[in-house]
Amino acid sequence: MIRSHVLICGGTGCTSSHSHEVINKLAEELKSKGLEDEIKIVQTGCFGLCALGPVMIIYPEGTFYSCVTVDDVPEIVDEHLIKGRIVQRLVYNDTGDKEPLDKSVPVSLSETGFYKKQHRVALRNCGVINPESIDEYIAMDGYFALAKVLKEMTPDDVIKCISDSGLRGRGGGGFPTGRKWSFAKASAGDKKYVVCNADEGDPGAFMDRSVLEGDPHSIIEAMAIAGYAIGADEGFVYVRAEYPIAVKRLSIAIEQAREYGLLGKNIFGSDFSFELHIRLGAGAFVCGEETALMTSIEGNRGEPRPRPPFPAVKGLFGKPTVENNVETFANIPQIILQGPEWFASMGTATSKGTKVFALGGKIKHTGLVEIPMGTTLREIIEDIGGGIPDGKKFKAAQTGGPSGGCIPASLIDTEVDYDNLVAIGCMMGSGGLIVMDEDTCMVDMAKFFLEFTVDESCGKCTPCRIGTRRLLELLNKITDGNGTLEDIDRLEELCNYIRQNSLCGLGQTAPNPVLATLKFFREEYIAHVVDKKCPAGVCKNLLTYVIDQDKCIGCGKCAKNCPADTIFKTDYVAPGHKLASYTIDPAKCVKCGACLSGCKFGAISKQ
Amino acid sequence: MEMLNVKVNGIAVSVPKGATILEAARKAGVEVPTLCYMKQKNEIGACRICVVEATGARGLVTACVYPVTEGMEIQTNTPKVRAARKTTLELILSTHDKNCLSCVRSTNCELQKLCYEYGVDSKAFEGFKPVYELDYSTPHLVRDNNKCILCRRCVAACHEQYVSVIGANNRGIDTCIGQPFDVSLANTPCISCGQCTAVCPTGALVERDDTDKVWAALSDSTKHVVVQTAPSIRATLGECFGMPIGTNVEGKMVAALRRLGFEKIFDTDTAADFTIVEEATELLDRVKNGGTLPMITSCSPGWVKFCELYYPDYIKHMSSCKSPQQMGGALLKTYWAEKMGYDPKDVFVVSIMPCTAKKFEVGREDMSAAGDGIVDVDVALTTRELSRMINRAGIKFCDLPDEDFDPAFGVSTGAAVIFGATGGVMEAALRTANDVLTGKDMKPVEFHEVRGTNGVKEASYNIAGMDIKVAVASGAANAKYIMDKIKSGEADWTFVEIMGCPGGCVNGGGQPIQPQHVRDTVDLKAVRAKALYDQDSAMKLRKSHENPVVKEVYDNYFKGSYGCKKAHHTLHTSYIAREKYTK
Repeated sequence: MIRSHVLICGGTGCTSSHSHEVINKLAEELKSKGLEDEIKIVQTGCFGLCALGPVMIIYPEGTFYSCVTVDDVPEIVDEHLIKGRIVQRLVYNDTGDKEPLDKSVPVSLSETGFYKKQHRVALRNCGVINPESIDEYIAMDGYFALAKVLKEMTPDDVIKCISDSGLRGRGGGGFPTGRKWSFAKASAGDKKYVVCNADEGDPGAFMDRSVLEGDPHSIIEAMAIAGYAIGADEGFVYVRAEYPIAVKRLSIAIEQAREYGLLGKNIFGSDFSFELHIRLGAGAFVCGEETALMTSIEGNRGEPRPRPPFPAVKGLFGKPTVENNVETFANIPQIILQGPEWFASMGTATSKGTKVFALGGKIKHTGLVEIPMGTTLREIIEDIGGGIPDGKKFKAAQTGGPSGGCIPASLIDTEVDYDNLVAIGCMMGSGGLIVMDEDTCMVDMAKFFLEFTVDESCGKCTPCRIGTRRLLELLNKITDGNGTLEDIDRLEELCNYIRQNSLCGLGQTAPNPVLATLKFFREEYIAHVVDKKCPAGVCKNLLTYVIDQDKCIGCGKCAKNCPADTIFKTDYVAPGHKLASYTIDPAKCVKCGACLSGCKFGAISKQ
Repeated sequence: MEMLNVKVNGIAVSVPKGATILEAARKAGVEVPTLCYMKQKNEIGACRICVVEATGARGLVTACVYPVTEGMEIQTNTPKVRAARKTTLELILSTHDKNCLSCVRSTNCELQKLCYEYGVDSKAFEGFKPVYELDYSTPHLVRDNNKCILCRRCVAACHEQYVSVIGANNRGIDTCIGQPFDVSLANTPCISCGQCTAVCPTGALVERDDTDKVWAALSDSTKHVVVQTAPSIRATLGECFGMPIGTNVEGKMVAALRRLGFEKIFDTDTAADFTIVEEATELLDRVKNGGTLPMITSCSPGWVKFCELYYPDYIKHMSSCKSPQQMGGALLKTYWAEKMGYDPKDVFVVSIMPCTAKKFEVGREDMSAAGDGIVDVDVALTTRELSRMINRAGIKFCDLPDEDFDPAFGVSTGAAVIFGATGGVMEAALRTANDVLTGKDMKPVEFHEVRGTNGVKEASYNIAGMDIKVAVASGAANAKYIMDKIKSGEADWTFVEIMGCPGGCVNGGGQPIQPQHVRDTVDLKAVRAKALYDQDSAMKLRKSHENPVVKEVYDNYFKGSYGCKKAHHTLHTSYIAREKYTK
């Protein structure tokens, strides 16, 4: 008789903070105490609160422990599992309120600040079930939607249901999913395909990985539903090889689904058959672009092809194809089961349902959050994300990764949905949300994302292959202190050219980080080229490290730390000090900052 | 067919559903510039030079691949379009080796032409530019990626040949066309056809220039420098001097070669007549004595190399006859040298060929009729190289009088002339086989079924009570079709003609460059071939065995009949099963 369940996150985040060792240690302890038949360990997918991993939740009490180490395990077993006493020092009960709660009274997960405003649809099973068990998925109504579709609905009913729900593609573009399916259904052809885009490549984004790691069956079920709707009998999941856990769990899930007859011939005794394959991506960002992805599945170099023809007409192997991303698919079974009205009741007028964001950057709770569309950026950052650490000021948030733009502090009350973001020159993207504080140079930030796209350009079309590189060179010129006001105009012109002339979405959106920062932070660009200063103190060539000779006590630590031997003793002894102060030779300084971080007396500053 | 009505710059045209903006524009007589586009071969929308504005489309769209819709209004010449194209050209130039003054493609470069038309600033963008080493590894071409604009037309041409040894490597600004795993071209199964060089818009892919070797020989007083010209050159050389495609310039070509200083100007057509009598003899021998059938022609060195690389177990199907180029050289260094009292070592044979693979062929093993390591042919030049020699020598080609080939190897037949077109060798062989088997002088001489530019042609004939099934294929992809049939045992042909290039020699990799918009709209293969068929029909001698030179050589030099021992020694060769990728 199981009296207690211990759920431990086995997602990539917690795995890298050694959750596996915690699981092994726990199993060992339980065995040594003879408790293995009473207490069940469940390795789950991601809980979302990755910054505090490894995380553990013990039921039936629902006690949530964070930052659990191997050394904590004996105490958890002895105190909590044997004696029923909560290990208070590990309890996570940050409700977001100013006064911390008494840790002896654990709050439920849904009451913590991080989870309170979240609403989990796509992530509903992540952190709840064992993703390697099809039975646990079925226990959560898994494959009921597929059964309902095959037994009670026509393909047109399915498409109408998805259309009515208002679901839009979660991969970035936000194209209405129902409409996409209806196009593919309308395309003539005896062979059609369903493709799942799991080539998640935006820096810092890991929504899709978490779904595949935490709830792989939901994707299989959704793809089979899509197959039924459009008349496809075969599907491919294109997933990055860099996601080994996701690949493993998806493979296990596909095997299990085949065993249970949920994939293969005549599913649920119907005429509908569906087979699913996994294809591994080799790490090219451009393969997340739908036509490049299909070219890659076909065995060719992953490069985009012109649209039209659109995949719904001529896609994989030249056949009509529906391609959706992981998060889009993850919503499908719930929409079928709970009805389109239920889904459409969440969100804003044009953006229904929820959206998963990967919170990162200068924010307290980095991790994965799922919120109803229309939640304000302020709620995401301050309430869910716990605000900016170290009392710094919020400057901007970057959404949409290298294809996106930024939302400045002045627009922090923007309700986040597809159209509001587009209206301010930003985009939803796949859901990366990087928070920046006052120490971020916006020119440098644009440069960071552009470096990424320059590196990831497939090289097929001229504007992206050469144009983005020239754009980066212009930015480098500006951050190196060699820019002019004309360069800013040139930058803008080239951005607009690349946007209008590139072959695929990667190139067309590559200038967005530059255009968005030019729109909201033009004065920072001007400071770089006119004053030759980086206001945030980031761009090295525009900085000088200076020693305040009156504050310098002459300890010489900075000179020792300096890797370039650019700090020298002077003849000057400041009043009240015994030793002569030091000075930095600005011509030789490599601006590494070692002197500044080593000075305990606040004598060094960057200007 | 459903037609759509559109307007291009206000000009109304109707085009079939599925047509692109470019097709509509061409129909309206509006030229839209292209660089990467090759009709039906490379529709990839990569270079972005063809952008236009169109109603119903977001922003700019690429005319080459964007389908028109009913009522679409297209503008190809707006300030926005011109500015975008100019920037595209300026970006391309920022990574382009701008040594245009001495580039072999100067004045015949599609990029140069557009840059001139759009008034680009060649220094508008400066910055990182990858630097590449040139690939000199093969005898037939040179790749200079510093001049490559990544249009990938070469990749498409190679793919069309079913060879596909080149493709894009690396990514971003480091993207370059190259071979798998960066091996040099010589270590790939490249068949040397040179189709890539014929479609390159710039000087990134050019034939290996061997003209210096010829200039050196011409000024060497100890050498007897003679030249022979392949059947198809007369039908194409005029294009290099601005003449209409399909102009037969045989007389001016001979005059130009004479002015360049060659001691004798011979016609490879004469050698082609030898090829026919030897090949026909070999075929009849194989038929009678149970030899390997079908027998396949071996005139095209691109095809021969293709067979050696891709079907090494089937090389015995190829006729052991040397190609006309090699037969010509062999006869010049044996029979003719002896007749002239020259030491074969002092005879320097230059051949003018439509083909880059001929440069590979001259260096093949088992190509020395005179022995002592004396090669049959010293240098093979392409049509393009010859045109450059003519220009450099200050010869006003268009103003030249028509002159005749020199005797001995100046007499040829219509059968040999048509060697330059796909199906020509087959037709020539059939003319001779027919007469030999029936003992009659058959009229009319034409075999229309094997003519035309289709990639694969099949026909069957009853000659002297014998049913002969034949096939003709041109282009290596069609060679694959033939070989796969042979491999699977489905082939019931007796004799097959295969040419490595689509359409045969008139469309060889060494032929004059025509810009892609011309290649898209004119069937070069057909127009050039017509010049050859016209010449054939106007000739008195139209069958190879009627050539008096053939009779003279067999009677007085080989001292035997077709296929006799001495003829075999002089005119036949052998093949090698080759490995695809080598180190």
